[in-house]
Amino acid sequence: MTSIIKDKAIIDSPYTIQSVDDADVSVANVILPISVYVENESALTDRSDVGVWLSADDEVEQLTGKLDQLALVALDFPSFGDGRAYSNANILRRKLGYKGEVRAIGDVRRDQLEQMLRCGFDAFQLADGQDIASCVANMKTFSFNYQTSIDRPEPLFRSR
Amino acid sequence: MYIYDNYDQKMVDERVEQYRDQTQRFLSGDLPAEEFQHLRLRNGLYIQRLAPMLRVNVPYGMLSSKQLRKLAHVARYFDKGYGHFTTRQNMQYNWPKLEEVPDILAELASVEMHAIQSSGNCIRNTTSDQYAGVAVDEIEDSRAYAELIRQWSTFHPEFNWLPRKFKIAVTGSREDRAAVQVHDIGVRLVEKDGKVGLQILAGGGLGRTPVLGSVIKEYLEKEHMLTYIEAILRVYNRYGRRDNKYKARIKILVRAMTAEVFAEKVEQEWLSIKDGPGTLTEAEIARAKSFFTRPAYKALPEESEELTAALKANLAFNAWMTRNVKSHQETGYAIVNLALKETGVAPGDVTDEQMDVIADLADTYSFGELRVTHEQNVTLADVEQANLFSLWEKLCEHGLASPNLGLLTDIICCPGGDYCSLANAKSLPVADAIQRKFDDLDYLHDLGDLDVNISGCMNACGHHHVGNIGILGVDKKGQEFYQVSIGGSASATSSLAKILGPSFAQAEIPEVVGKLVDVYVNNRVEEERFIDTYNRIGIAPFKSSVYAEKA
Repeated sequence: MTSIIKDKAIIDSPYTIQSVDDADVSVANVILPISVYVENESALTDRSDVGVWLSADDEVEQLTGKLDQLALVALDFPSFGDGRAYSNANILRRKLGYKGEVRAIGDVRRDQLEQMLRCGFDAFQLADGQDIASCVANMKTFSFNYQTSIDRPEPLFRSR
Repeated sequence: MYIYDNYDQKMVDERVEQYRDQTQRFLSGDLPAEEFQHLRLRNGLYIQRLAPMLRVNVPYGMLSSKQLRKLAHVARYFDKGYGHFTTRQNMQYNWPKLEEVPDILAELASVEMHAIQSSGNCIRNTTSDQYAGVAVDEIEDSRAYAELIRQWSTFHPEFNWLPRKFKIAVTGSREDRAAVQVHDIGVRLVEKDGKVGLQILAGGGLGRTPVLGSVIKEYLEKEHMLTYIEAILRVYNRYGRRDNKYKARIKILVRAMTAEVFAEKVEQEWLSIKDGPGTLTEAEIARAKSFFTRPAYKALPEESEELTAALKANLAFNAWMTRNVKSHQETGYAIVNLALKETGVAPGDVTDEQMDVIADLADTYSFGELRVTHEQNVTLADVEQANLFSLWEKLCEHGLASPNLGLLTDIICCPGGDYCSLANAKSLPVADAIQRKFDDLDYLHDLGDLDVNISGCMNACGHHHVGNIGILGVDKKGQEFYQVSIGGSASATSSLAKILGPSFAQAEIPEVVGKLVDVYVNNRVEEERFIDTYNRIGIAPFKSSVYAEKA
């Protein structure tokens, strides 16, 4: 079990993340690299305990048509300074219409959580060394936002 | 000018407290230095060669007298009594204490100012034309659009960790005083079939690889401005290079994809959000415009007798008037430029005392407002012509009446190796040496418009690529050298300067500039400016004159 933040609370997640090199599709409650999932897709469609993760290089559009089968989608932050996963989350929610769990994995740190929330992430598996209690207590700084976002599509100007 | 409502104020106040918390966590060791570095940069705080440097945003260059007094106060109490206006219309302090920055930000927030996203790989302060709202060649006042972009980009959750910094400029005039062609995104207000809309450029930039931006949308209706910009940013955020910081700007992506393919990708992304909730409403555009209305101008005669008399009586005033004062939309008014380019003072530097004086003058002469220009000067935009002489007399008392606007000595210059840890070479002493060589005002006026731009490194904060004469500090085996280029221009017909040849030692630079100027003087015909002569005769005569003795 891994402690994660989900819907702004600390929970235990049964899922384990597998890398491309040692992926084992037979394990229960698994988050597979998208490439491994695609290779084994026909064998996995009946299962409800399989999620996928995408690196920042992966095109999120390739999930089109697969989302109903997935337990969750995880998007990787290779470093907290690499912001591609924010756009990937936006596309996953808005263009692909995904309503399930979108989990931030990789270099996920306290001071970026609010931005991630606003882009459509609802679950956070924190980087090593992050204090999960202080993270969950400090997820939100701002009362208002100017622009449209996944969590609040109406921009401020429409209610001014 | 724009006035905060409770929403704007709350966001800035909350940001101050967030940053205070981040600073405290850093000081107590809870936040690692490499993480805090990125967080403080997003609030304008660099750690420089000698001390931290704090960059405060001046959105599209607009300041009220009250805000300028606050900037003076910060300079006095938290710094060494001066600040520095930058080429992006911002204010920099060179000596703040890291632990006092949250208090400085709280002071700034009390006058609706902040340092949000003034550095870091995110969307920076939106810049615009310093003559917006008063320029005679204006299609529409650009400030409302710049403000809308400022708000949209502030704390944008998706675009705070871009491949590289991102700069947007807006212009509403035919003459481009905002250098939109050398910005990551340039927005031009344009007229089509009697309706004003937007033309969008992308992929311009200076730095190591200077490029002029390409038009990727010929005409866009105003309500789509923010969704279209969002689409550009999304394409850039996803596909811009992150493996090499010198190839990470959007200009590299646009060039690699070609402007046509990039425009097509943006168009596709835009179509998925077009007419969505991010689309500007008529009410919101009207709300933004309502802050930039014309002040209570008096009905004045076309010609002021006081002015005509003063111009006849005083040659120095006359010279200042010719260079520093520009025509205004409103009869009887004038635009006044204060050139912060006194010889012996770093270009753009301004003392706390001068700031207080300028604030008082803005109150007395120009409806309490002023603008910072990308040439690092200050503009009082609404001065009655009859008051020009008395204003000039006061400027003279405070070293603010340099009559060199646009002349060779009105040098654009970055802080360079004296302050900046990125610099390869010093830039301020070079500017100073040039100003000292050209100390004959009559000669300078005879030379006319001539932009000299100096950067201490490839990052090109001094915009050397678009200087008529551009000077770049380079490092040659640990020695500071200077590469000279000519023929750049930041006007509506922007051009990038060409490198003249091998670089020079610092001491040689004034003489090199002298030779370039001589070639111009010997070749010019009629009313040609330096840039016109260069465009006509090419680089060869300049080259052979400068390198003649060396060869």
